[in-house]
Amino acid sequence: MKIRERLDKKTFSDEHIKYLNNQKRHFFKVKFFQIGIIILFFVLWEFFARFKLIDPFITSSPFRIWNMLISLNHSGELWMNIYYTTFETIVGFLLGTLMGVILAALIWFSDFVYKVIEPYLVVLNALPKVALGPIIIVWLGSGMSAIVVMTLLVSVIISVINILVGFKSVSEEKVLLMKSFGASKLQILLKLIIPANISVILSTLKINVGMSLIGVITGEFLVSSQGIGYLIVYGGQVFKLDLVMAGILILLVVASIMYLCVSNIEKLYLKRKR
Amino acid sequence: MDIKKDKKIILEIKNLSLNYHTLKSETAAIKNMNLDIYDKEFLSIVGPSGCGKSTFLSLVAGLISASGGKINLKNFSFSEIGYMFQRDCLFPWKRIKENALLGLEIKRILNKKSESAALDLLKKYDLKKFENYYPNQLSGGMRQKVALIRTLAINPRILLLDEPFSALDYQTRIDISEQIRNIIKNEKKTAVLVTHDISEAICLSDRVAIFSKRPSKIKKIFNIDFGGEAGTFHEKRRHAKFNEYFDKIWSELKNEDSRKTR
Ligand SMILES: Nc1ncnc2c1ncn2[C@@H]1O[C@H](COP(=O)(O)OP(=O)(O)O)[C@@H](O)[C@H]1O
Ligand SMILES: [Mg+2]
Repeated sequence: MKIRERLDKKTFSDEHIKYLNNQKRHFFKVKFFQIGIIILFFVLWEFFARFKLIDPFITSSPFRIWNMLISLNHSGELWMNIYYTTFETIVGFLLGTLMGVILAALIWFSDFVYKVIEPYLVVLNALPKVALGPIIIVWLGSGMSAIVVMTLLVSVIISVINILVGFKSVSEEKVLLMKSFGASKLQILLKLIIPANISVILSTLKINVGMSLIGVITGEFLVSSQGIGYLIVYGGQVFKLDLVMAGILILLVVASIMYLCVSNIEKLYLKRKR
Repeated sequence: MDIKKDKKIILEIKNLSLNYHTLKSETAAIKNMNLDIYDKEFLSIVGPSGCGKSTFLSLVAGLISASGGKINLKNFSFSEIGYMFQRDCLFPWKRIKENALLGLEIKRILNKKSESAALDLLKKYDLKKFENYYPNQLSGGMRQKVALIRTLAINPRILLLDEPFSALDYQTRIDISEQIRNIIKNEKKTAVLVTHDISEAICLSDRVAIFSKRPSKIKKIFNIDFGGEAGTFHEKRRHAKFNEYFDKIWSELKNEDSRKTR
């Protein structure tokens, strides 16, 4: 932590050291409560379940979830399902963002296209994409492609809208500068608009981690016979709440790791840029 | 010295008009404007805000086409016109060196020779030590100098400068405007500068053109000549003629400018 490093230097006035110490205490207090709450939650959950204050058959319990995870690990289902969901999500947010950039670029290219397409973007963005699930099943069956398409439906429209806003907010003066050098529209796009929007594209990528997970889990709920979403739905159907809870827990961890990865890539970029 | 006698015309503007059209209205920004620009002169344009000064520069640069009239370039093309803006427009993801080469890159004339010419300019005007820096590591004044060198690198015949100092703080503005004038004179370029600042116009220019309210015409042109008695801006500002020019330009503008708000 930075504060500790600074305190080690000890070249500050007493007042400043006091301030730093206060900040340090505050920081630990926040961390303590953050971690404390989750531990307390699991302990109470286990306690209530053990002493039958709640019915572990419908609420499950941390211990039962743990056992479920171990047995899933033994049967190989754990990693296989994590693999499917992770793979679909990564394909989804990479492809979704890429398509977002390409479509935004095409729309940026022509003001005419932009004007024609704008209302469609707004309406499609408002449509809950789950509603399209049955169509996707009929058209694409129940494989991985159906799930990736579901994911793209969820992420692409919002990506296009976000990225287009970024493209359009590049300063008019810079565009004029490019024109004064005789730049073609393609040059303006490749040398100015896209480089100026790398941070927008990265933040879209970050948003799309969440969007893709929604798409993937929705897809797995609807069609799949694999993945964490499938585990959860299946657990519900056969009334194995341990499996449902285990699935949710895995999903939490997987989602956090992916989000952290992308957000660290973004931070690295911003730091390099200063 | 009478500029008109001594110098040859490099650009001729005849009966130039421009109307802007929007769904709500038609705006006549420039109407029947005539102006000759002389080789290697420094011409400043002052006028009420919104009168069409930026529009005028865009027309001269060939970025928009006129509603009427003609712009005659003498033996050069629109691609040899350099443009500088209020903001430096440096690309924050490019190093200073790469920024300076941008024009060459876009025009696809970046080669060893043009690159080393551009880098020589950086060196000549004390920016070499920053060539690997990013723009946000430089002060506003230096950034504007880099922007000038980016424009000079394409070896333009005419430089158009649209209020290039107005985003700088007062101290820097005086310093950088003088440096930039010296660079332009040194490189023997013709320059057309739009400014709000009358003192700046007097100190920088060989001629100051006053634009009228919209639709803009040229109301008056002053030849600025300190007769070789004042070189630096500091000397010019203390010269008796400075106040004389200032008052003349000021009263022309005051007559003109009933709705100046900015
Ligand atoms: N693209 C445009 N469409 C319509 N009107 C414009 C446009 N650009 C400028 N104008 C109008 O033309 C006039 C001149 O603008 P401009 O040349 O920018 O003035 P200046 O640079 O002298 O302040 C202003 O009244 C402005 O509102
Ligand atoms: Mg202007």
